[in-house]
Amino acid sequence: MSELPGDLLYTKDHEWLRREDDGSVTIGITDHAQGALGDLVYVELPEVGQDVEEAGEMAVVESVKAASDVYAPIGGSIVAVNEDLADDPEKINADPYGDGWIVRLLPADAIDEGTLLSPDNYQAVVDELDD
Amino acid sequence: MNSPKSSELIFDKSRSGRRAFAQAPATTAAAAIPAALLRSDKPRLPEASELQTVRHFTRLSQMNFSIDTQFYPLGSCTMKYNPRACNALALLPEFAGRHPLSPVSHGQGFLSCMYELQEMLKDVTGMKGVSLTPMAGAQGEFAGVAMIKAYHDARGDHERMEIICPDAAHGTNPATATMCGCLVREVPTGPEGDIDFDALKAAVGPKTAGIMLTNPSTLGVFERRIKEVADLVHDAGGLLYYDGANLNAILGKVRPGDMDFDVIHMNLHKTFSTPHGGGGPGSGAVGVNDRLLPFMPIPVVGKNERDGETEYNWLAEDDLPQSIGRLSGFMGNSGVLLRAYVYMRMLGRAGMQRVSEYATLNANYLAARLGEAGFELAFPTRRASHEFIVTMKREAKSVNLTAMDIAKALLDKNYHAPTTYFPLLVPECLLIEPTETESKETLDNFVAAMIEIVTAAKEDGVEYKEAPYTMPVRRLDDVKAARQLDLRYQPDKT
Repeated sequence: MSELPGDLLYTKDHEWLRREDDGSVTIGITDHAQGALGDLVYVELPEVGQDVEEAGEMAVVESVKAASDVYAPIGGSIVAVNEDLADDPEKINADPYGDGWIVRLLPADAIDEGTLLSPDNYQAVVDELDD
Repeated sequence: MNSPKSSELIFDKSRSGRRAFAQAPATTAAAAIPAALLRSDKPRLPEASELQTVRHFTRLSQMNFSIDTQFYPLGSCTMKYNPRACNALALLPEFAGRHPLSPVSHGQGFLSCMYELQEMLKDVTGMKGVSLTPMAGAQGEFAGVAMIKAYHDARGDHERMEIICPDAAHGTNPATATMCGCLVREVPTGPEGDIDFDALKAAVGPKTAGIMLTNPSTLGVFERRIKEVADLVHDAGGLLYYDGANLNAILGKVRPGDMDFDVIHMNLHKTFSTPHGGGGPGSGAVGVNDRLLPFMPIPVVGKNERDGETEYNWLAEDDLPQSIGRLSGFMGNSGVLLRAYVYMRMLGRAGMQRVSEYATLNANYLAARLGEAGFELAFPTRRASHEFIVTMKREAKSVNLTAMDIAKALLDKNYHAPTTYFPLLVPECLLIEPTETESKETLDNFVAAMIEIVTAAKEDGVEYKEAPYTMPVRRLDDVKAARQLDLRYQPDKT
């Protein structure tokens, strides 16, 4: 059973989003995603200042089993990336919702929650995969 | 074989001044090298006796798993037997001693073999032209997509930058598209392993340069709507690329050219039984239809009839001015090409069909036996092609026996592991390809080994987390290996 904080929004591609007080959004991958990938060995991060489109490739996470794209759940401009992941990609394994955050971006438009998943709806996606 | 010294290097055996007479340096003075350019210290080379050297390398070779020693059901790799006759004939001194720059009149025999190989590959794939020059599968793929790009560019159709790849594709496909400057559009797979046709419909358009397909796919099933896929992509102005990885399944039965593919690469080291080396040398011949003929990589071997005499020659820049260019200095890996030529001549047309018949029979037999034994097949409703997928999802959950654990446990039972964790779509997957050259007894013994491993885990609580136990190298810490790369021998580091 993977951890699933109730105050975040999710995508079916296993990213999570947290709205910050300054209007930016922090994004990472879920506990389920890090578990499925296994021990991460490399993270490719975007540049700060880069614009990303909704559903565009934003980062790459690579484990001993697979390399996987991380998609931008919303469009916007990258305002920060988690530089620590360059040396310690395993932070995503250890703390996917905390120290393992990947990027922070400033949304281009107001966030349309209809395109994202609530914790319960994301749990349903995970449950279906675990069948 | 399990000696604690199995990781000892030839350098560890080195003693100053020790000689191997077969390899002793010449005592006569070398060419006149200016004194200022001569080194003053000895190069760091191992100094060992001839017998030490023979023992060292013989023992290293015995540590290998190989097709000559063990069953090697590595999915997607077609690890079939490499007949000795192919080696023997390719090593004839008239071939092996041929200088690549010697005049064509001196190499007519070699050139005729290459020409006939081109013709046979055209025939068996249904394509209009074949170039043998790509040095490996990846280069063949690169040539294929480069030709698709060149075709669109020659028509002034510069907007076509997207290559469509199914999510089940070999990782080389999107990598190739990217290397050729294209953007990759991924389309999902449906529940029975076919491409999701509606998603494909939505993906094709005026930006589509082409689609890269493996058929049968990496999921081990035949793409049933291939004709509709071909029409859809062609109607949108795109071309179809056939990844030849799984050609063994359909050899002599269905031709990619008849499925309307425009370009194909063939892994001669898979389908046509040239040896899989330690990463090379491979051979990635490409076949094209009429549309792409002018763009083939060079050189290609041509044939002229003059005054009743047949003469073979190289076709290069002058003959194919629109060619994507040279991919190798001379003629690809010509020794590998010769082996493929001998293999095809030995099989003949009827033999070619028996290859795919027995490759698929062996795969379906093995899949059926493993299914009966309680293993979960990923696509139970589909007939396997030449390979199939078992998912260890259930065993991973119930007794913590993952795909990696059973793969490592198989090594202790003297079987090379199947491909693990590919394709990524299927969790805890084993991709199993027995090939046509294995006997029923070998397949039965493999099933017995698989059952033994799972039974021991379920009934006796045996764990395989540390397996393999009997190999020269035990379970590696692949995470540490990736995070702390240590590849170079450093003599001063102990």
